[in-house]
Amino acid sequence: MLVLLLTVPVAAALVSLRAPAAAAKAVTAASGVTCFGLVLALVPEAGHRPLEYLSFLRVDAVSAVFLLATGFLYAAVAVYSVGYLGHGRGEEGHAGFARYCRRYYLGLNLFCWSMLAAPMMGNLALLWIAVEVTTVISALLVAIEDTDGAAEAAWKYLLIASAGLSLALLATIFAYYAGSQALGEHYDLSFAGLLHAGSRLPQDPVRLAFVLAVLGFGTKMGLFPVHTWLPDAHSEAPTPVSALLSGSLLAVSFYAVIRYFQVASAALGPRFPRDVLLAFGVASLLLAALYLIEQRDLKRLLAYSSVEHMGILAIGLSFGAPLALAGVLLHVLAHAAAKGNAFMGAGVLVRKLGSKRIAPAGGLDLLPWSGPLFLLAIFALSALPPFGIFRSEFEIVAGGLSAGGSVAAAVLIVAVTVAFFGLSAAANRMLLAPREGPARALARGEPSAWMVAPVAAGVIALAVLGVHPPAELTHLLGQAAAQLSGAA
Amino acid sequence: MAAVAPPSVFAGGANVIAVGVLLAEFGMLRQAVLRDQVRLYAAQSALISALAIVVAAARHVPELYLLAGLSASLKVVAVPLVLRRLLRGVGAERAGPGWTDIAGTGALSVASTVLLAIAVAAFGFFSVAALRIHSPVLPDTALAISVAVSLVALVLMIMRRDVVSQAIGFLSLENGISLSALVVAAGLPLILEVAFLFDLLVAAVVFGLLIRVHHGRAESVSTAELTRLRG
Repeated sequence: MLVLLLTVPVAAALVSLRAPAAAAKAVTAASGVTCFGLVLALVPEAGHRPLEYLSFLRVDAVSAVFLLATGFLYAAVAVYSVGYLGHGRGEEGHAGFARYCRRYYLGLNLFCWSMLAAPMMGNLALLWIAVEVTTVISALLVAIEDTDGAAEAAWKYLLIASAGLSLALLATIFAYYAGSQALGEHYDLSFAGLLHAGSRLPQDPVRLAFVLAVLGFGTKMGLFPVHTWLPDAHSEAPTPVSALLSGSLLAVSFYAVIRYFQVASAALGPRFPRDVLLAFGVASLLLAALYLIEQRDLKRLLAYSSVEHMGILAIGLSFGAPLALAGVLLHVLAHAAAKGNAFMGAGVLVRKLGSKRIAPAGGLDLLPWSGPLFLLAIFALSALPPFGIFRSEFEIVAGGLSAGGSVAAAVLIVAVTVAFFGLSAAANRMLLAPREGPARALARGEPSAWMVAPVAAGVIALAVLGVHPPAELTHLLGQAAAQLSGAA
Repeated sequence: MAAVAPPSVFAGGANVIAVGVLLAEFGMLRQAVLRDQVRLYAAQSALISALAIVVAAARHVPELYLLAGLSASLKVVAVPLVLRRLLRGVGAERAGPGWTDIAGTGALSVASTVLLAIAVAAFGFFSVAALRIHSPVLPDTALAISVAVSLVALVLMIMRRDVVSQAIGFLSLENGISLSALVVAAGLPLILEVAFLFDLLVAAVVFGLLIRVHHGRAESVSTAELTRLRG
């Protein structure tokens, strides 16, 4: 099943390289839905014991959570793209459009493939390679729009993320050094071995490796102060790619940080890694919350909201209480669904209005379905009940309070409230304020039903996560949290 | 105080090569002619491959011969070839008044940049010595030098304002890390090393593509105009 999960997107990529655009759309949508189904089928098994295959594939409860996030977004985005590349672009039939479609679908499938592959790697070196592959593919996807802004964003993204990942490579090398000191020369960087060696690992190299990994993978995750590529790339990429970047790529980088966190906790005790993450998390959260208030570009607004949520994840991980850890993992899932939704809803608005500027547009009136759905996505992002992020942030804060992190928990609540003001002010302008200027001439109606369906599915998923998560998922999250706190 | 034993021929030779790598990095930092910067990168890569061969011979790690061959063919021949073709391509087509083969100004003057790089390199050199990480195969100085190389490469990436130098900065950063890997992780399984190299190749190709895109749009390799996205 693991192999199937790794071959389906590649097959879809190959088909979209040769086939006409219509076939590529169908195949990609089918591949996305298939992968999501495969991941769902993995969940019950992975909740009980780690699945291993071919000596380097390893899926345990923690990886399964991240696979779920990517699988869901892959399916949603693949369906959304049918509409995104279909109507209203006014360039169907051009040779240029066919080429654009081919590149887009090739990139999209490979991008999702690399993000599915990363959490399945049971080896820190292969994990690094998979994350680096996600970088190069997504940099090309950011550049695909072929505008000045896209070229600038892609260059900044590639350069900053590659430099960050070079630090992560250095972390990998020091982790190998630590492992080979404890386990002998023929150690192969397998993650389980490193965790097993635990306190036999030499302290200084592990400490160095952990800080380098947080800084390196944190660059891709969007932690302050190495988040600077993120708003540019998110705002200039095609909307479906922005959704994937935000909901899935950042999560995959967070997954890498989690793995180093586990190793560092086992080798050094929890104090040091928690303090490092807390510092990065609080800084990211505060910066992003302040940027959210005065933001004029809709997609940059959502990008800063991603920085905010990554800060929340880092803080939650630093609390270390099992309840907070379960909240962190739930937050990964809920953030993927909510941010995917918000970007896809924003994409419809941007398509309709022809501009990314946050201006009074009467969106609720203009878009009978996408308007309300976008509003719900913003509510979900701001952690309003009954959506999943409410539950996950509640668990994180409750866990933090019980673990003695009351100052950090208070900062978290204040910053989330500030972010809520920023997000809801922007949504208010876009959706409720009466239309001004050229927007007044637009007719009421949706650009495409394909662009509504995945958002509706996302809202349902968010509500399920918030009100009553399925028993198997709860079990999976509990299992993963136990692994993170070192109990299992 | 006990007398310090003179270093063996092997340790001395290895240190000389490592210092050569650092000097090449400084050369790239101050070199304004892009073509020569690419040459320096190739020379630096050749030095690292040579060090890998020295380690393989002296410490009997036969896999390192293969690794040295692969990394030499990739980093001494293939990547510089791609970069030089790129430079020639953009130079010939756009031989207009705006185009030169000389990099634009950095964020600081050359002298200040070099002084800054010396300070940063010294910081890296001495802070690594405090970490008590001992290599099984190479003298400890080599690790400190490799970290200094990586830090100077970061200075290069930050201070230069043209896409080619920034890409070279990234590639030489990777060279510095290869040097660290040689020092502390010489036993890393070959298959992983090969995967790293392949990954580097992919990254170099993507860098090349985006340099093309950037040059096509901005008609220069300078990044001074990349200020549209902020806030």
